[in-house]
Formats: sequence, structure tokens, C-alpha cells
Amino acid sequence: MLSIQNLHANVGDKPILKGLTLDVPAGQVHAIMGPNGAGKSTLSYVLTGRGGYEVTEGTASLNGEDLLALAPNERAAKGVFLSFQYPLEIPGVPALTFIRTALNAQRRARGEDEIAAPAFLKLAREKAASLKIDFDMLKRGLNVGFSGGEKKRMEILQMAMLSPKFLILDETDSGLDIDALKIVSEGVNALRAPDRGMLVITHYQRLLDYIKPDRVHVLAAGRIVASGGPELALQLEAEGYDKYTVAA
Amino acid sequence: MAAVRETVETVAALEKYEHGFTSDIDQEFAPKGLSEDIVRFISAKKDEPQWMLDWRLEAYRRWLELEAPTWAKVDFPAIDYQDSYYYAAPTQKAGIASLDEVDPEILAIYAKLGIPLKEQEVLAGVVGAPRYAVDAVFDSVSVVTTFKKELAAVGVIFCSMSEAIREHPELVRQYLGSVVPTSDNYYACLNSAVFSDGSFVYIPPGVRCPMELSTYFRINAKDSGQFERTLIIADKGAYCSYLEGCTAPMRDENQLHAAVVELVLLDDAEIKYSTVQNWYPGDPVTGKGGIYNFVTKRADCRGDRSKVSWTQVETGSAITWKYPSCVLRGEGSSGEFYSIAVTNGHQQADTGTKMIHLGANTRSRIVAKGISAGKSTSTYRGLVSAHPKAKGARNFTQCDSLLIGKTCAAHTVPYIEARNGQSVFEHEATTTRLSDDQLFYVMQRGLSQEEAVALLVNGFVKDVLQQLPMEFAVEAQKLVAISLEGSVG
Repeated sequence: MLSIQNLHANVGDKPILKGLTLDVPAGQVHAIMGPNGAGKSTLSYVLTGRGGYEVTEGTASLNGEDLLALAPNERAAKGVFLSFQYPLEIPGVPALTFIRTALNAQRRARGEDEIAAPAFLKLAREKAASLKIDFDMLKRGLNVGFSGGEKKRMEILQMAMLSPKFLILDETDSGLDIDALKIVSEGVNALRAPDRGMLVITHYQRLLDYIKPDRVHVLAAGRIVASGGPELALQLEAEGYDKYTVAA
Repeated sequence: MAAVRETVETVAALEKYEHGFTSDIDQEFAPKGLSEDIVRFISAKKDEPQWMLDWRLEAYRRWLELEAPTWAKVDFPAIDYQDSYYYAAPTQKAGIASLDEVDPEILAIYAKLGIPLKEQEVLAGVVGAPRYAVDAVFDSVSVVTTFKKELAAVGVIFCSMSEAIREHPELVRQYLGSVVPTSDNYYACLNSAVFSDGSFVYIPPGVRCPMELSTYFRINAKDSGQFERTLIIADKGAYCSYLEGCTAPMRDENQLHAAVVELVLLDDAEIKYSTVQNWYPGDPVTGKGGIYNFVTKRADCRGDRSKVSWTQVETGSAITWKYPSCVLRGEGSSGEFYSIAVTNGHQQADTGTKMIHLGANTRSRIVAKGISAGKSTSTYRGLVSAHPKAKGARNFTQCDSLLIGKTCAAHTVPYIEARNGQSVFEHEATTTRLSDDQLFYVMQRGLSQEEAVALLVNGFVKDVLQQLPMEFAVEAQKLVAISLEGSVG
């Protein structure tokens, strides 16, 4: 599925990722944990092709296809989805319009037919209901005036509608109360599938109580410095990142 | 937004300015320059009665005493008024009876512009042929007006201004210059002296005009100015919706377009006036050429409870100087102004509106959206005023600017004058930059950069696009995207 080899990346002149290697096989959920400034968000942006991040060395591929040479929208069409830590507001563009435009853009890029309006609306109603999103909210400008929790649920709704192959969740738990965290986690878990991989980036073990990872990696100073099973997250929660930041 | 994709495809298929072609057709000109003799020449060409010539000459004499305004935030070299043609017309008879008599070259031009002049196609139910009456103005003259008979059946007069002066002098004499007096301002005064043609509409009492009316202006001749004059009268309880569209060839010289539009509304009348302005904006890189669009538009809500709505989509012209205004004289009358002004390259736009509340309980609403890209400058300039008798006047103004890139500018200059204690005026303004964060967010969901810009910009202007008649809203949406092509990245 996702394969990252010896990835180096700069922001401006500053090296942030310094030889990161990671493999996430299909059907698995991997968690990336680490202290502030370790490069967690940089990793998500480099994988999705945001401007201002320069890859100086290494590779990243999805199912054997190089990702780094593609434009952000081409990566999206290949099935890479990023749930943003801070979702953007899009005034004047209703969520329904936004998602349908995105879905059809991806389908066209893959040489598929556009989705018919009735099928799209039916799907949107189902998914919104499962995420406890009021359907009328989808007729308002995307994320405009939404609370932090509503924005995160809207990210998961987009994810469910776009049905990507590989999901990156960047601090999806930040700003969520416990009820919202449960709803969001259930939404994510519903997307677990044998042909789908997930990378869950988080500071806290709390999220991993709801989204159970197959593997946990510690990212410190731009590299994976430790990997283990779910028990590694509990250990980090108890001991903190000190020993890794010192070691790095 | 299904139109987004179509928009992007349209953009990809086009040259930067799609209407930039020139056409070789036989034309006759007045001698270059401006003088009393030229005014007499134009009037004689149109077989005008003496009163019309006198009116023009008075305007010309007043114009000589006026000075060009300098308060707008636009910058251009002084115009040499002697270096322009004030009359250019295709060599064919005015007042033709049917399309068969129109020069096929001219028909071809309008076909190329996508403007339906062929009534028979529409009447025959050709799929996709929109049903609206068109007055086509080519340089200085109206070449054809469609659907006249059908409109006449309900008493609606829709014809060229030249024809109205000949056929309906009583209406023209009563209303021409009654909203925008000859000496109102420098450009309106010039227009009064040399206006060549334009559209005339009269809707009789209680009549709801059965179709959209529209005028398409095309400047074709080189070194010529276009000075059209439009007069629309909605009698008591009448309604009409009117649309004007404008294009011009690409030329290295600046061409002057100084139009005057007057709207008269009696009791309970309503006029919706929409403009899609796409004059040649000049070379996007050097800023050379382009139309100077110096236009005076004003509606006089004389009647009680009358209602006027201006909607404009301004994407063209090197310089735009334009403030469609509403004089809210009648009790309970209302005015609306919805505007999208897009500037790119070296374009300059200074545009806005005036809402003059004279009567009691008058209402007005302003929604202005400015989008600037490239090295362009966009200024919103607006006046909202309430006079002592305008008790209970209300205005709501929303004025938003969107900046694309780092070398453009947006300004907002609102004037508010309340001369009584019982008026409520609200003003909201925002300025935002199209952010890289937003673009990346939209692209991460699968849209290309062009599609992402189109989606974000369409969201920004949605409130205004909704005010346009359906088929024009789609056109306008495409036009906005085309104007901003290549503005990011």
C-alpha cells in the first residue's frame, strides 16, 4: 500500500523530515505519534503535495505508483485523502456542491462516469445521518460558521463520500469533546477495509482507544525512532516522549 | 457546481479575449474630430427633427465649458477628443424591415458572439434558442431589433433610439434627459451632444413585458467612440427585465465608450436591469489598448412603491468609471444594486452606486463584490443618502473584496449622509485574499488549480449571480472564470 523510503523534506531551508521510512500495508491502521515539531504535519503535507514543502531525497508511493511527482488533485484521484487538522472555510459553496464537484473531478480523472444526482443525494443523506450531521447543514457554505467538532465531522463525511484508498488523519481528535470523538471515530472505523490503509497522526493516546491501530510509530526529529504494537501508545502516554527526543 | 467543469473547459478552449476579432464590413464615418458641425452631421444622418438637434447643440456648448472629472481612482493620459470618430455605421439603410436585409457579415458577427437575432429559429422552437428580444447596436447604429411585432401586440415599444425619436417624439421629449440632465457630468454631457443610437423601451400601464429585453453593443470600427443612449420608461404598474451585453475587438488604441442609461419608473413599476460588460480590457501584459468605459446610469423611482434593481457583471474595459444609481423619490420605493467587478492585468475599475433616498420609507440594498488579480486596481465607491423628508429610509450595504496574488489592490470608499434621525443605514465590508491554504484544501479533494479558483470565486460572487436571469448567470459565471484565467500560480 503506502511505502515511504528515506524521505527528506525541507520547509524553506530548514530540514524537517530527515530520512523517514515507513510501510503501511493494505487493511492496516498505523498511528504516528510524536512531540510538537517532530514533523508529523509536514509528513501529511508532503504526502499530499502542498506547496512550500520541498522533497530533497527519498520516495513515497501508493501501490507502487510514485506520489511525489503528482499534483495534489492527481494524488487525490489516486485515492489519497487528508483529513485536515484545521479544515478551511469555503464561503458561498455549499458542502453538497463541494463534495459533488470533488467526487466528479476524481471520477473524471480516473476515467469513470460522473455520479448521478439522485444517487449522490441518497448517499449523502445516509452518510450524514450516520455522522449525526443535520442534512440542512450541507446546504450552507462549507465549514462557514461551523464549530470545531462540526468541521471535523464534515471532514469525515467528505472522506466517506469520496471513498479514498488511503486515509491520513491529521490530529483529528484535536478540539473534539468526548461525544464528538466517538462519532468521528465510528465514522473512521466504518471505513476500515481490507483494501484500504490509514495513517492516524495524533499527540494523544486517547484517540487510539477508539481507533485501534495495528502499529504505532514514534516520529521524532524527522525520523521514525521506534515502532511497536498498540501497547507502545500506552507506554508513551505514561512515559512521555523525553527518551526519544533526547535519543534523536 | 456543474458549471465549474464546463467553465474550465470553456476557458481552456478559448483565447484570452474571445471577442477580440475584428470584422471587415463596409462602414461610413463622420470626419474625425468633434465640433458643432459633427453634431449637426450626426443629427442630419439620423433625419432628426429640429428640437433634437437643438438639444444636442445645447449639450455640446455646455460640454465645452465642463472639465473632465479627476476624483476617481483611475489613471490615464488625457483624451484627445479630436482624434476620434464620433459616427461609424455599417453602410446599410436604417430601419430595415426584416433580418434578410441585414448585411450577412454583421449577422455572422452576432452569430459568432452567440447572440440570437433570428426570431424565426426561436419561434420555430429550435432547441436551446433562448426567447428574448434583442436590439443589436453595431458601432453607432442599431442594426436590428427582434420580436417587435409580438411586443407591440401588448403595447410594449422596443426600438432603437433613432426610431423612437422619429416615431414616438412625444415620449422622447417628455423623458429624455429627465433623469440624467444634459450637463449632469462631463461624459454624460458629451454623450448628449453626440449620442448615435441605443435602445428605447416603453412599457404601458399595468403591462408585464412578456419576454426579456436585451441590447448587444459591439464596437467594431477603429478609432471610434461609442456613445449610446438608452431610455426605459415603465409606466404605472409595468414590469420589465432588461439585459445589455458589450464586446469589442482587440485594438492597441484606447477607445472611449461613454453611454447614458435613463430609467423612469412610475407608481408600482418595476425594472430589472442587468449588464454583462466584456469590453476589450487591453493587453494583459503591457496594458496597451482597451476600452474606457465611462458610463452614467441612473434610475428615477418617481412613482410610489416603484422598484428598480441594477445587476452588473463587469469583467472588461481597461478603465471602468460607472455608478448605476437610484433616485428613490416615490414613497416606499426601493432600489437594489448587485455588482461583480473583476479586474486582471492592468485593468482599473472605479465603480459603485448611489442610493438617494428622497421619499419616506424608501429602501435600498447594495451587494458589491470586487475581485482583483494581476496588477489591477478595483475601487468600490458608493453614496447612500437620506434627505430630511426620507423618514424611515433603510439601507443595507455589503461590500466584499477578494484579492488574488500580491500585486493587485482593492479600495472601498463609502459615503453615508443621513439628514434625518429616522433612517437606518447598515454597512458591512470585508477584504480577503484568495489563500494558498484554501486552494490546497480544494485541490486535495481532487480539483485542479483552475477548477479550484473557479469554485472559490464562484462561491464569492454567488449572491450576485443569483440576481441575474438564469441563462445569463451561467454565461457570467464562465466570463468571471475566463477573466481570471492564469491569475494564480
